[in-house]
Amino acid sequence: MSAVTIDRAEAVDRPPLRVKRKRWTAYILPVFTIAMIIYLAFPVFVMILFSFNDLLGERQIAEFTCCTIRWWQDMFAIPNLNEALRTSILVAIPASIIATVLGALIGLVLGRYQFSGRAVTNFVIFLAIAIPEIVLASSLLSMFVLGKTPIGFGTILFSHIGFAIAFVAITVRARVQGLDRSLENAAQDLFATPFQAFMRVTMPLILPGVVAGFLLAFVLSLDDFVITNFVGGPVNTFPTWVYGATRIGVPPQVNVWGTILFTAGLLTAGLNLVASFRSSRKAAEGEVVGAKAAVGAGR
Amino acid sequence: MPQDQAKDLALVTAAAVGQSGDGPPKRADQFLAKRRSRVAYGILAPGGIYLMLAFIVPLILVVYTSLQSGGLLSGGYQFNWAFENYVDAFSSSKTFIARALLYSALATVLTILLAYPMAYWIAFYAGRWKSTLFFLILVPFFVSFVIRTVQWNFILADDGVLFGFLKDLGVLPDDFRVLAGPVAVVAGITYNFLPFTALPLYVALDRIDKRLVEAAKDLYATKFEAFRKVVLPLSFPGLFAALVLTFVPATGDYVNSSVLGSNRTTMVGQVIQTKFLTEGDYPEAAALSVILMIGMLVIALAYAKVLGTEDSTLAAAA
Repeated sequence: MSAVTIDRAEAVDRPPLRVKRKRWTAYILPVFTIAMIIYLAFPVFVMILFSFNDLLGERQIAEFTCCTIRWWQDMFAIPNLNEALRTSILVAIPASIIATVLGALIGLVLGRYQFSGRAVTNFVIFLAIAIPEIVLASSLLSMFVLGKTPIGFGTILFSHIGFAIAFVAITVRARVQGLDRSLENAAQDLFATPFQAFMRVTMPLILPGVVAGFLLAFVLSLDDFVITNFVGGPVNTFPTWVYGATRIGVPPQVNVWGTILFTAGLLTAGLNLVASFRSSRKAAEGEVVGAKAAVGAGR
Repeated sequence: MPQDQAKDLALVTAAAVGQSGDGPPKRADQFLAKRRSRVAYGILAPGGIYLMLAFIVPLILVVYTSLQSGGLLSGGYQFNWAFENYVDAFSSSKTFIARALLYSALATVLTILLAYPMAYWIAFYAGRWKSTLFFLILVPFFVSFVIRTVQWNFILADDGVLFGFLKDLGVLPDDFRVLAGPVAVVAGITYNFLPFTALPLYVALDRIDKRLVEAAKDLYATKFEAFRKVVLPLSFPGLFAALVLTFVPATGDYVNSSVLGSNRTTMVGQVIQTKFLTEGDYPEAAALSVILMIGMLVIALAYAKVLGTEDSTLAAAA
């Protein structure tokens, strides 16, 4: 009789005068919420389903016929798509590493130092996150055109580092602000030099935030479309290649790769979230801030 | 004197921990402040310089580009304060600007109507399922939004999974069509921006002290009155953040209108993209971007004024 147990647990807080039965209206909101979550995930279901679509041609069509694993077997069959995927990875790895180093330093400073220019730095970070991507993209392209920079891999990498820094910075800042500063002071009281105190006490404590920032930067770089579309020129990443392919029809391999990247992303995020919840709740909070930032900025 | 030393130590510690607000710990504080800010600038420098080069400088140069005139074929563009670019850009694109504002406004209203009840329920009633539900909202975001939008193209297609089925059942007439029209574009924007609306709303609603609602009820407010007079006003900051974070980027969006729309649904973002990438008309494209940027800056500044930069970053983050 679990219902009775629940009522008793509530009774500790606030004794109800009489036990009310739930009216049907109480189910409207939860049902609506579940419906919304299904709606949000619906295109992902369709993507996974359509990676098994048994169609005659080489281009995806709207009708679904069950089922084939042909596209999974032929996932490398389109050379241009392979090239785009390779570029995506080759940009995302260095971009996220460099952005993590630079962004983590900014986050560290914003989280623990009072200095004139702090408010300005915060505002610049805020702008960098809130700015519509198309404005940033056309600004970057303007700069490259004026500087007669050859458009391609290098400009994509440069731009990806630039936009990811702000996201890493606020993820790390959230983590640093949640730190107990007395731990570092205790280390210094125990005759650690400031550098030792930082490396042995502070660094391990903010590391989860830095890892979260890195993963975020990696995902943002991998998924970026608008900026890459502007500054990539002839070079395609996975999203820009898919966008270009919509005009002639998307091959089913796109769904296969979408599913693979989705699964990999989900697993990494899940593992990291579990790991940081184990180490401390605050780390997870930093991560959530970063994830929210990414979503908030519309990337 | 040991007493003085102890006092100094306390001051230094207080300054370091940042609790020096009360009392006059002048000496230690100033010493630390000076040393610390030099250290701070040193650590800040590499990332700060990169942000200057990859964010501030481009923003200045897009304004510069927008004031150039000339032609790609006739010897390139020269800078000569060509303010007429703004007039030209505005008059040639005002339909697309107006359409972008309209679609974006419609989508923003829709996202708020859809996201508010969900955020409200999760924040107030989901209990220990909160973080799980929160994670579930984010899950679709592990798929690139271009691919998600392409999937909607298949879902909304004339004989796709949704309408094909309904047509077979005879619920919809055979010539019923959504794809390539404004409904599909607004639906696509609504879908893509829904989580950006839901999260600030959720954060704002979650911050509300639940006891306030109980207090209202104790004072004989009905459930609805308690919501309207307590919860709704307290969620205004989140509502405002949601409005800004959805409306501003949605206005510049061009993926939804080009993947789900047709040439009847062209938005200003597409015009900027075509002018920049296909026509090479940099000054006018830059002018349109600057117009978008100014609109966005005005909103962002108003927003930062209301909430403060740190809070607004957090709210932007949320």
